[in-house]
Amino acid sequence: MDRKVRVLIGKPGLDGHDRGAKYIARALRDAGMEVIYTGIRQTPEAIANASIQEDVDFVGLSLLSGAHNHLFPEVARILKEKGGSDIILFGGGVIPEEDIPGLKEVGFKAIFTPGTAATEVVDFIEREIKAR
Amino acid sequence: MLSSETDRFAHMVRICDVRGLARVLSMVENGHILAPSIMHSLYNPERSSLTVGITGPPGAGKSTLTNRLITFWRRHDNKVGVIAVDPSSPFSGGALLGDRVRMQDHASDPGVFIRSMGSRGHLGGLSGATRDALEVLAAASYDPVLVETVGVGQAEVEIASLADITLLVLVPGLGDEVQAMKAGIMEIGDIIVLNKADRPGIEQLAMSVNASLELLPDQSERPPVVKCSAQTGEGIEDLTETITSYISSLTERKQIARRRTSLILDSIIREKGRYLARKMVTDRYGSVEKAIESILEGETTPYGIGEMLSEFIDNKRECENEH
Repeated sequence: MDRKVRVLIGKPGLDGHDRGAKYIARALRDAGMEVIYTGIRQTPEAIANASIQEDVDFVGLSLLSGAHNHLFPEVARILKEKGGSDIILFGGGVIPEEDIPGLKEVGFKAIFTPGTAATEVVDFIEREIKAR
Repeated sequence: MLSSETDRFAHMVRICDVRGLARVLSMVENGHILAPSIMHSLYNPERSSLTVGITGPPGAGKSTLTNRLITFWRRHDNKVGVIAVDPSSPFSGGALLGDRVRMQDHASDPGVFIRSMGSRGHLGGLSGATRDALEVLAAASYDPVLVETVGVGQAEVEIASLADITLLVLVPGLGDEVQAMKAGIMEIGDIIVLNKADRPGIEQLAMSVNASLELLPDQSERPPVVKCSAQTGEGIEDLTETITSYISSLTERKQIARRRTSLILDSIIREKGRYLARKMVTDRYGSVEKAIESILEGETTPYGIGEMLSEFIDNKRECENEH
């Protein structure tokens, strides 16, 4: 059986800065994963829908606008509602230290802040896959 | 062949449980042990759902056109399935699947199911699992199922045999004036779409396409040529009308069912033949690599091995006939 790790990278909300998201997407591809990139300005509903349809193992959200405390939990909630509670969530972007515990509480396994090397994200995913 | 697990997954597909459907597509893609029995349970040669292939060179606007076509069929209240294939990296095996970006209009529509696939080393513009994935979506009563291929070159014509209707998308300025002359690619379109019709060079493209269609031996099978711009929407109505009339000309359902079935059986025969031959070589030499070693050491040749395989298969058949 040839199983590939599938990761969806999404950008919820109105922030159109997708350099970081694309950088991570390429790094994950180069690490041998199948990365579904959904583009900018997605609703949490659209991201959750796509994640279910694509049957991904991971969903990574990127946000630089500051609306993460609203949009990240929203994606987590809709995903759960649609039966995707086993999908592992992670996030990245401009996210203050003090917001991280709250996001972890709603199901985000890891939050990567600016300056994170792409290899850290790759390592995180590989660790989680092994732990399954 | 059937197990309760198989039944459960097949049932989830039939009732279009999105989570279950998505799981089954992964099982098919990953060669899961239950995949053949699930396919066995779902396969219906006379299914009513039509499959539409969308192919053409990279940058021809296939995703944008697919997006337009989804809108068209959604307006007619059809549930639309989409399989979008992108190339996998031959180096890392990974893939960046970005076709959804151009289909965002339908991201929240529960009547649209989009699945991205990496080609995973399969040549011909599709992935090895595309054949089965589209049967799965059809079994979940998505109608039509659109299949967007990897940007094709000149000889990758697999989609034409797989889909009930194939749209070949061409654009000005990608060297198509020359490409259109080449055998293979021009023969695969049931409808030829000249996209980006607002761009300079469109008339030239139309002329060279028509000129090469003149060369088709059977002019009654000459495909219609439609100009449009998927970006602006201009000409899309002409295209959907052409598609609709093509569909209504496909009245011979039995004929489609036969073609579809013969195709799938043929590709399964090829798959299993390869598996069987590989296994026989492995049984005899330990591995394919070791067989190569034996050839290089002068013990045999690839043809000698081929002959051994033929003899083995023939003997096996004779043994079975005796019973």
